[in-house]
Amino acid sequence: MTAKKSENFQRPDGRKVDEMRPIKAKVGVIPNADGSAMFSFGDTVAIAAVYGPKKMHPQHLQDVEKGTLRYTYNMMSFSVTERIRPGPSRRSQEISKISQWALEPVVMIHKFPGTVIDVHVSILQANASTRCAGINAAALALAHAGVPMKDMVSSVSIGKLDKQLVVDVSKDEEDWEDGEGATDIPFSMTSDGKITHVQLDGKIDAKQLKEAAKLAREATKKIYEIQKKALKESLEGKDG
Amino acid sequence: MRQITIPGEIIASGDKYLPGEGTEKRGKDIVALKYGLMEESNNLVKVIPLSGVYLPRRGNVVIGKVENITFNGWVVDIGTAESSFLPISETPRFVSKDGLEEVLDIGDMVIAKINEINKRGVDLTIRMRGYGRIEDGMIIKINSNKVPRVIGKEGSMVSIIKDETKCEITVGQNGLIWIQGKSVEDELFAKKAIQFIVDNSFVEGLTEEVKKWFEEERK
Repeated sequence: MTAKKSENFQRPDGRKVDEMRPIKAKVGVIPNADGSAMFSFGDTVAIAAVYGPKKMHPQHLQDVEKGTLRYTYNMMSFSVTERIRPGPSRRSQEISKISQWALEPVVMIHKFPGTVIDVHVSILQANASTRCAGINAAALALAHAGVPMKDMVSSVSIGKLDKQLVVDVSKDEEDWEDGEGATDIPFSMTSDGKITHVQLDGKIDAKQLKEAAKLAREATKKIYEIQKKALKESLEGKDG
Repeated sequence: MRQITIPGEIIASGDKYLPGEGTEKRGKDIVALKYGLMEESNNLVKVIPLSGVYLPRRGNVVIGKVENITFNGWVVDIGTAESSFLPISETPRFVSKDGLEEVLDIGDMVIAKINEINKRGVDLTIRMRGYGRIEDGMIIKINSNKVPRVIGKEGSMVSIIKDETKCEITVGQNGLIWIQGKSVEDELFAKKAIQFIVDNSFVEGLTEEVKKWFEEERK
């Protein structure tokens, strides 16, 4: 890091390099679902609904040894400035698969053979890091649905703007063009800092990737505390 | 108020604790696997879940609705993912294969016991006394995870409601509750009492609270 030092690095919205956008989390937002949650990073808002465990149908998709986790990521057509075509796209299918893999290590699906746990994530407002908001909401919703889990999962995106690492990338930063340009690295981690998912397209050297993981570990700890608080408050709120 | 647990949270530490339902031992720590309330008795730590779907277990008494009649039995909806089946052979009396609907017709509510769980689904039985078609009264639905609260320790809670409201109450493990009273007012009162328990299911010393609630309501 020669050209820009972290002290005088300016982010478009004036945040510190390790500062996330304001986070909101709430569980129980969809009464008809078995479990549900809302999670937002600033203007990025995701809601998740969990149904099941229920019988897998059609039968040939049933796994007799363990259950199946089925994750559906969907961006609402009004979530971005330019209306997007509703329905599944190549991008949403890929994110669904990736998010499913991010959650599978913690969800104890082997307890429910022949069944499926459906997770539906809808992005209501998008301003980058939608998959991270989706995974955070899904982890909350799964816990709220009473699904046994080894741990919670928290997710955050680390960005590399030119040569500077930043936490929680926004849309303005994603389109960064100076120097080396922008690289977006979403991380998902359990509460003890084990990585369940990393994605990387762009250039970064091994040393800086380790630094990015360290930043993500600190950020996911903060997110974990917010998730924990959201789950606990939803019960305490009912206390008369 | 009892401690709320979230998945992955360390709820007890040390060799003297034993992991119960909804928990796991990891090294020296007892870790919660579910979102719920922690309960500890005789060093056994367990988590009481507050949400989630009903998972049938052998021997559970359930209340269901007859969905369909087949040539050798009834398909009953007990709120699980798969429908459960009540075979003709599990009825207390002989039933002719032409007269299935005389015993139980589509839409009838039935109290049954889970006889067996196999690959195909859940098998029910109504052979013993106390099972069979529900003729009158009221059926309400609560979350199946709150059923242990409504029943209480060795049925203490449900017998309080029975005494106070003069209603007969049968609690199905799947969250359906049958209330049978002398008048609709009595039944509605019992319903209100059950709703109170459901809303305050995480309060410690709930039995005392319910007794107090009844005193308040009686005024």
